[in-house]
Parts: sequence; structure tokens; C-alpha cells
Amino acid sequence: MNAYIAYKVSTRTTLPMFKNRTFSVWRRFSDFLGLYEKLSVKHSLNGCIIPPPPEKSIVGMTKVKVGKEDSSSADFVETRRAALERYLQRVVCHPSLLQDPDVREFLERDELPRAVGTHTLSGAGFLKMINRASDAVSKMTVKISDSDAWFDNKLQEVESEELQLRKLHAVVESLVNHRKELCGNTAVFAKSMAMLGNSEDNTALSRALSQLAEVEDKMETLHQEQAASDFFILAELLADYIRLLGAVRGCFEQRMKTWQRWQEAQSTLQKKREVEAKLLWANKPDKLQQAKEEITEWEGKVTQYERDFDRISVTVRKEFLRFEKEKSKDFKSQIVKYLESLLQSQQRLVKFWEAFLPEAKAIG
Amino acid sequence: VLNVDLQTDATLQVDISDALSERDKVKFTVHTKSTLPNFKQNEFSVVRQHEEFIWLHDSFVENEEYAGYIIPPAPPRPDFDASREKLQKLGEGEGSMTKEEFTKMKQELEAEYLAIFKKTVAMHEVFLCRVAAHPVLRKDLNFHVFLEYNQDLSVRGKNKREKMEDFFKNVVKSADGVLVAGVKDVDDFFEHEKTFLLEYHNRVKDASAKSDRMIRSHKSAADDINRIASTLYTLGTQDSTDVCKFFLKVSELFEKTRKIEARVAADEDLKLADLLKYYLRESQAAKDLLYRRGRALVDYENANKALDRARAKNKDVLQAETSQQVCCQKFEKISESAKQELIDFKTRRVAAFRKNLVELAELELKHAKGNLQLLQSCLGVLKGDT
Repeated sequence: MNAYIAYKVSTRTTLPMFKNRTFSVWRRFSDFLGLYEKLSVKHSLNGCIIPPPPEKSIVGMTKVKVGKEDSSSADFVETRRAALERYLQRVVCHPSLLQDPDVREFLERDELPRAVGTHTLSGAGFLKMINRASDAVSKMTVKISDSDAWFDNKLQEVESEELQLRKLHAVVESLVNHRKELCGNTAVFAKSMAMLGNSEDNTALSRALSQLAEVEDKMETLHQEQAASDFFILAELLADYIRLLGAVRGCFEQRMKTWQRWQEAQSTLQKKREVEAKLLWANKPDKLQQAKEEITEWEGKVTQYERDFDRISVTVRKEFLRFEKEKSKDFKSQIVKYLESLLQSQQRLVKFWEAFLPEAKAIG
Repeated sequence: VLNVDLQTDATLQVDISDALSERDKVKFTVHTKSTLPNFKQNEFSVVRQHEEFIWLHDSFVENEEYAGYIIPPAPPRPDFDASREKLQKLGEGEGSMTKEEFTKMKQELEAEYLAIFKKTVAMHEVFLCRVAAHPVLRKDLNFHVFLEYNQDLSVRGKNKREKMEDFFKNVVKSADGVLVAGVKDVDDFFEHEKTFLLEYHNRVKDASAKSDRMIRSHKSAADDINRIASTLYTLGTQDSTDVCKFFLKVSELFEKTRKIEARVAADEDLKLADLLKYYLRESQAAKDLLYRRGRALVDYENANKALDRARAKNKDVLQAETSQQVCCQKFEKISESAKQELIDFKTRRVAAFRKNLVELAELELKHAKGNLQLLQSCLGVLKGDT
């Protein structure tokens, strides 16, 4: 009997494609990965930016000490729950993905068939595939057309942004850890101040020291809450976007592959034409017929691949602009939320010290 | 700057007017203003190094005449090792960061170096001021030589053998201390003081160590916010989209708030950590006084016993009587001045804590309000834009 954690996914909707207006289902982590896999298979070849799910292993992804390092600790579960929620919200915000029957089934169906093979294709696994592909493609430094400058520029921007976000993420994690450390050290200090207050034989000073110990105790709580804000609002936002930018890169690579396929088809067609020309001179009627058939076949392919390339270019462009808008909105709203949490902390600090000041003045 | 609320008067005022940090030593300019006839001039300065302060302190400790006083604790050795190491590491890592980052970090470390420097100057100054404020110690000849003699005092640091001797002296003292502490005092005042000081000293020691750790974490967090501000700035300059402008505004905010956070940590260090450190040293000096009194009491009791024995045998009675009188006088002299010293210690301690805790609270409030204002105005701008 394997124990696992199930997450409750609740939906509230007015969309007619759903059977009810409000409904809930229970899903396990592998179900989310399974959904991602299905969507990738269907949509990534079109140049869609598929939101990646959270990492399977928390230990691998983050250097933040998330409670105990076992998957049953409250911190770990909450981190994962929040990440899965953000993942789903991104999926349903995507106009094309929302229409996908797999998404509907994920949200609605009571019992979902177990997703198999998700251990091989977790978010990290998919990203590894993309990275390998992009290495191969980036070796080709050809400019396709004039409009391609746009794609080139955007890809460069994405790469440099990803670099900066990784840096930022590392520093924010460092901040979270130092705040947790500060929290612990403050608690210990508060206790030692209380002890000192106890042994102080001047009454008013003894009282003031005890009050100071209480202030420090309150600060400990403040630091703990702040560390949680640092992590859940800021660090996780950055982690999400690092993964998303990887998915964006994947789209651009997909477009390059499509272009490659078109180019290869054109060169194959060219070769077939050369063969035909040679056969004309050699006067071999059967072989000539076959050659003409092959030429027709490849002309068709060339046309189709060209159309594919044009289509994917349009999609990638549209997807990218949509992504930029979402990203801008996301960052702004999350950072504002973070600053508001900082503001609340400072307001509470003011109250603590305003209460303490008269106690300090009463000494003597 | 740590203020231990001392009575100063125009007859003798001492301060450290300047200081110079050289490769491995600090040179303090000790400036004196005095109307006392002992000095050749009314105002003069000399240059002293740390070892000379220690020499002066040790001369007080070793002087039997001062056994009944709390000897002002010696200032700690100037320690720039950690700061120097950081500056060196920064130099080595120069290639791996942008010019802006390097300049910023260098400024940070230089500010840290300066803060440590100011602290060591303050601690050396407090020592001198304590001596100058003490009714008896201020008249000490070595002190006057220290203040006035404008040549090097040629007090080399203790060599290995002398350090070993000191070590053993301290071992004997602590063993003795246990013995002496075990003897219950007839005098309630001293019995209470002994119990109080033993416990107080240990708790101050604990609080001091823990305050240091807490403040270090605080500084680390402020450093992280600094790096966040830098990275946000880089992100903000990549383009001129409105999300980039957003990043630039937030980066600017974090630049300002982290300066405040660094100040909070520094003020906690000055008003709380330094205060605790100082009273750790002073309470030790008070314990040392009690120890010396305890020793004198033991000597007195032994002299009494010797006198009884001499009278019983009727041999060397006069000698024993003289010895007993000397011990008695010594003990009573120490007890009398010790009582006053311990009362003064309490008064000073309460005043110092009051001053520093009030200042701490006022500064914390000031900084929190400062942060609050920055956050409110930035949020106003950011929300207004969207």
C-alpha cells in the first residue's frame, strides 16, 4: 500500500463546456505531470508555450531549507500545493490549452486513469530534452529572413533574462535562509535577555530588560513571517519564470526545427531535380517516371513545410507577446504583494518599539 | 558611541582626538586638557598604541594600593583581521563581477572597516575616561606618564614566558576564587553582591554572545537585499518596457531600504551588543575586586589564627601582632572602598542601560518609520502606474 498526497482541485466556472458550475476533484502529483505530458505531445509542435509543472524533487531545485527534507513535512506540502495551483492557473489562462479536452477532463473527471511514465518526463526531464536540442540548433547561425531578426532578438532577450532571474533567485534564496537564521538567533537572544532581566537587581531595569526580551520574541515571529513572504511570493515567482523561460526557449527551438525541415526538403527536391535532368540525358523512361513522381511528392512536402513554418512563426510570435503580457502582470502584482508584506512588517515594528520606549525611559 | 555616563570635570579631561590605522597597528592620539599642577602644560597630546593601554591597565591591577577598587576593564585588542580578509577576498574576486558590483561591495567593506575602527577608538577612549573620572586612579603616576610622556613607553608586548606566567596566575586565581567564594561572608552586603555578580556575569556573557550572532544574521540579510537591488537594476536596464521601468523603481527602493537595514544592524551593535560586551568586562572587574577582598579576608583570618598560636606558645607574639594588624587594616581598607565601588558600579550600570536602551528604541523607531515611508511612497507610485 503506497501512501501518497492528494490535492483538491476546485473549479468555479460559467463556461458552458463544463457540466457544473462548481466542482472539485482529487489529484495526485503524478496526475499533474501526466497532464503536462499530454499537452506537450499535442501542442508543443505548434509553437505553443506550455506552462511547465513544478519540479519533482524539491531538494534538487531549491537551496532553501524547506522544513524537514521529507515529502510529508508541512512546509514541503504547502510549497508544492502553491506551485501546482499556479501551474494550473497558467494552463487555464491559456486560450488554446483551456479548449483541450485533457484539461477539461483533468478538472472535471472524478477518477483519472493513473499517468504512467511520468518519472521520465517530469518538468526537469522535458527541459533537459529542450536544452540538448537547443545546443544542436544554436550551432546553426543562419539568418532566415528579415523578419527573423525579431525572433533572434527575442531569443537573446529570453536567454539573458533567464540568466539574471537565476542570479536573482539565488540571492533571494540566500535572503530566505538568512532571515530564518535571524529568526532562530533572535529567539535565542530573547531568552538570554529574559534571563539577564531576572538576575538584574534594579527593579525598573529588570522590568525593562524583560520587556525588551518580549519585543525580541515578537521580532522572531515577524522574521519568520517575512521569510515566508520572501519565499512564497518572491522566490517561487522567480523559480516559476525560470522554468517558463525554458519553455519559451523550447518554442523558439521548435520553430527552428520546422525551418530546418523545410530547408532539408528544399535541398532534397533540388537533388531529385538533378537526378531527373541526368535521367533525361540517359534516356531511361521507367526510372524517369519514378523520378517525376518523387519530384511531385517532394514539391508537395516543400509547400507543406513552408506553410508549417509560416504557421508556427505566427503562433510563436503570438504566444510570445501573450507571455510577455502575462509576465509583466504577474511580476507587477507579485512584487506589489511582496512590498505590501514588507510594509506590514514595518508597521508592526513601529508598534513594538513605541510600546517599549516608555519602559526604557522609566528606568532609574 | 558607548557612553557609560561618567562624571567629568574641568580639572582633567581626556579624549582620543585622532587615530591612524596602519598595516598591523593602530596609533591613538591621546589628548589631555587639565588644570592640575602636575602637568607641564594645560593641553597636550601624545601618540599611544594598544600595548601601552594594556601596560597601564596591568599596572593598576598589580598595584596593591588599588586592591579595593574596580579596575576599569582594559579595551579589547583592535581586530581588523576579518575585515581585511573580506577586502582581500573581494580583490581576488574582482574579475567575476561587474564594475558596479565591485565598487558597491568595496564601499560596503570600507564602511565596515571604518565602523570597526571607530569602535576600537571608542573603547580605548572609554577606558581612559573611566580612569580620569576615578577619584584615586586619576592621580596615578603611571597614568600621568601615559598621558604626558611624548616618547614611546617601550612596553613591548608580553613574551611567551610572561604569557605562560599570566595563564598560571589566572588558573590559581580561579581555583582560589572557588575556595574564597565558598566561604560565607559575615557581611550581608558582600554576600549578596557575590551571589549577584556570579550570576549576572554569566548571563551577560550569554546575552553578549547571542546578540552578536543575531546582529550578524541581520547584516547578512541586509547584504542580500543589496545584491537583490543590483540584480533588479541589471534586469531593469535590459529594455525600456514598462516591466523594466518597474524593476528600476523597485531596485531603487531596495537600495534605500537595505541602507536602513544596515543602519539598524549597526545601531543594534552599538547600543546593545557593545553595551553587553562592556558590562561583561566590568562585571568581571567587579568580581576580581570581590576576589581580592576575599583573599584579604582569608589572609586576615590566617593572621588571627597565627596570633592565637603565637600567644599560646608565647613565641614571636609581637611579630604576629604586627602582621595581624597589617592584614586587618588591609582588609578593612579594601572592604570600605569596595562597598562604595560596587554601589557606584550599580549606579553606572543602570544609567548606561537606560541611556542605551532609550537610544536603541528611538533609533529602531526612526528606522522603521523611515522604511515605512519609503515603502508607502514607492507602492503609491507603482500602483498608480498600473
